[in-house]
Amino acid sequence: MKRILVTILGMALVAGLAWATPEEDRLAFIDYHKKRFPNVAVEDYLNGVYAINPPAYQQWLQIEEFPPYELAMAEGKELFETPFANGKSYADCFPNGGVGIRQNYPYFDAETGQVKTLELEINECRAANGEAPLKYSKGKMASISAYMAFTSRGQKLNIVIPDDARAMAAYEDGKAYYYSKRGQLNFSCADCHVANSGMMIRADMLSPALGHPTHFPVYRSKWDDMGTLHRRFGGCNKQVRAVPLPAQSEEYRNLEYFLTYMSNGMEVNGPGARK
Amino acid sequence: MTRKIVAALVGAVLGSLLLPAAWSIAQEAENAVELGKNLAFDRKKGNCLACHVIAGGDLAGNIGPPLVAMKMRFPDKKDLRSQIYDSSAKTPRSVMPRFGPHRVLNDEQIDLITEFVYTL
Repeated sequence: MKRILVTILGMALVAGLAWATPEEDRLAFIDYHKKRFPNVAVEDYLNGVYAINPPAYQQWLQIEEFPPYELAMAEGKELFETPFANGKSYADCFPNGGVGIRQNYPYFDAETGQVKTLELEINECRAANGEAPLKYSKGKMASISAYMAFTSRGQKLNIVIPDDARAMAAYEDGKAYYYSKRGQLNFSCADCHVANSGMMIRADMLSPALGHPTHFPVYRSKWDDMGTLHRRFGGCNKQVRAVPLPAQSEEYRNLEYFLTYMSNGMEVNGPGARK
Repeated sequence: MTRKIVAALVGAVLGSLLLPAAWSIAQEAENAVELGKNLAFDRKKGNCLACHVIAGGDLAGNIGPPLVAMKMRFPDKKDLRSQIYDSSAKTPRSVMPRFGPHRVLNDEQIDLITEFVYTL
């Protein structure tokens, strides 16, 4: 009897340690960033590395005067507004006609038990209307996502983790992915973007994790192209010599769920321009 | 003039007869340092400049400590080699890649890089 009691107490203790609530995680995340960069206001992290790097911030402001993502945004608007062959359009698939909704993605869908991202639902919308799916990393998908982000600028990220064991499991899965070392070079996402944010890796400053998902999709100078958040995830995986996962794989969607929850309450300011 | 050249030649011939072993050992060590430096600076090999300031390298990162006074920090060269081979053995929370166990570099390459870093 005593042994059972001890076992139960032990399990409860371990569970208590391992299962901090998402909100506890988020507050700890913000607290860490406040301590690491005491002069940076929390709301400024939506500018990514430019929030912590004043000289680069000035250069970035100049780039933003003639935004390199403008063409993609115009293409996205046109695609968004052009009806499908059946006469319906994206507006019919989303709440509020698809305008100003970016801040609610990703969300947990109780029906499928999966995390749904904006890009996933763009393709679901196409499938429901008899259109071929788009590729998830770049091109038209990035353009439509860019336009939809633009209509949501200024809205605050509002990621909800419902009281559903499957939603919690998805969140925990994303969190585990974020903190696990991987690849031949043995880096976790957090090794660079939490533990060493603000440090220089060769000539580049490592960006802070807080605010990372606010400005996607991005026009990235290195790509000379637009890309979705999952394209960037794949790039990070390759840089540590891990095999990248397919965009919109369950792992990446769960990772996006965790990472975006960490930035809850911050303003959507996509699409963005990044080095 | 001719005499000078002859003298120099004789000297060189004598030198190469008398000191071949010493000469080749010194040359080999120098080569090892040079080869090690190339591996250390190669982005696809050691890529040490990504994180460490190293004399002779441009735009170095600062995630790890600058590589200076290595002989003072590692009186025993073997300790430096193990640190390069797998820094997590001594520093569990180190973010340095595990060059040896993950086969980023082979044993010979780690030896050469150790020779180079030990000169810093």
